Amino acid sequence: MSDETGPGTGGDLFSKFDDIIALREGLLASGQEDPFSLVMEKVLSPTRAICNGRETILLGTYNYMGMTFDPDVVDAGKQALEDFGTGTTGSRVLNGTYQGHKECEDALREFYDMDHAMVFSTGYLANLGIISTIAGKGDYIILDIDSHASIWDGCAMGNAEVVPFKHNDIEAMEKRLKRVPEGAGKLVILEGVYSMLGDLAPLKEMVAIAKKYGAMVLVDEAHSMGFIGENGRGVVEAEGVLDDVDFIIGTFSKSVGTVGGFCVSNHPKFEIMRLVCRPYVFTASLPPSVVATAATSIRKLQHAGNKRGHLWENSKRLHKGLTDLGFQLGTAECQSAIVAVIMPDLEKGAALWEALLKEGLYVNLARPPATPANMTLLRCSLCAEHSDEEVGTILGMFERAGKATGII
Amino acid sequence: MDRAEVDSKIRELIGPFNKKDVEITDATTFVGDFEFDSLTVMDFVAEIEDEFDIIISMNQQAEIENYGQLVDAVTKLQG
Repeated sequence: MSDETGPGTGGDLFSKFDDIIALREGLLASGQEDPFSLVMEKVLSPTRAICNGRETILLGTYNYMGMTFDPDVVDAGKQALEDFGTGTTGSRVLNGTYQGHKECEDALREFYDMDHAMVFSTGYLANLGIISTIAGKGDYIILDIDSHASIWDGCAMGNAEVVPFKHNDIEAMEKRLKRVPEGAGKLVILEGVYSMLGDLAPLKEMVAIAKKYGAMVLVDEAHSMGFIGENGRGVVEAEGVLDDVDFIIGTFSKSVGTVGGFCVSNHPKFEIMRLVCRPYVFTASLPPSVVATAATSIRKLQHAGNKRGHLWENSKRLHKGLTDLGFQLGTAECQSAIVAVIMPDLEKGAALWEALLKEGLYVNLARPPATPANMTLLRCSLCAEHSDEEVGTILGMFERAGKATGII
Repeated sequence: MDRAEVDSKIRELIGPFNKKDVEITDATTFVGDFEFDSLTVMDFVAEIEDEFDIIISMNQQAEIENYGQLVDAVTKLQG
């Protein structure tokens, strides 16, 4: 019952992309700026850049905590470039583990207060590697249907039976766990914040049910690390289930402000992953400057309570402001630093995206298949460095652009 | 349930999903004939799973292209 493209007619292997090529050409033929080819010519701060020649407020970067220009973080990177060079040119298990990689893993262990931390070259690779390695033939993966592409790809790369359930549906999850054959290994995969609509998983209930059926639990906290929970450990911390989950997957490309991925765990045998996890072994490790900036940023995020408070204020204000203007949002209440504006269709979405860009505001245009229920979304993600004044300016831009395009 | 009973139960369940009133034979395909998208597949599979108290994993779904294969798979899965 797969809806993937079937066998082609032979010849050009690219003919399978004809539909998406036509969709894109149709959109651009209407004079629309290409939403997927934006170039930032200059980046002025975590919240400002020059895009297509215009000074633009950035409201779609996932740079939640604004660490990308933090002076301590920048200095750590410069120093590592000086001391260790531009790259490791090797795998973590050969010549690619430097002092900085160990220090970065130490920072993660302290941040989460967990026994083990493993740094991957991207967050995508962390999900791909951990999921495909721990769930093998005969095991069952029970996961939310709205899971991120990296989770699905981890499932596809492994040999486990993959069983999705309806988004955030506790009962649907339990029914599937109950039906797994006796004795089979079970891995439940959840996300703290789902990035498309910015909604949270009911982790307290779901983790308890997963444990009741003897499943291991992996939670992707990509969009909550540094922000949600008293110490920024994510929705697992806010919901009081940090000690009940077996693996937390995260990324350095959001709140941490650079690139890279990780898994933290208290599993006593966790370190064997370094030898058996192919996406960890068969790729080059992160450059020394990247792990140095990540470690410094993670340590600063531990004590960033004030910034977390300001980011909540910004997020709630934008959510309320857009609701009051008459936009339809992905969640009724503000649940995270993602505020998703639901568009009637791709054309209207692209039109509002362009109108906002001309106003000087960048947001993400998200469309199927990345989005749930074939929705087109304008996804806003706030930054702790957005000032109160900027949030006011952003609301004004949405009001003008929304009226000009007939969406409100 | 034998194959004939499974068949008639699934025919009942597919009703609300068969919006174009496609004629159902064993050879009717889900993507080509019923024109199910991935969301419809998920909802339809969930209905069948709940009715028969079984799991049809994504791996198994990938092997099922037409109606007859689904009836065969469900008949086998209910053990």
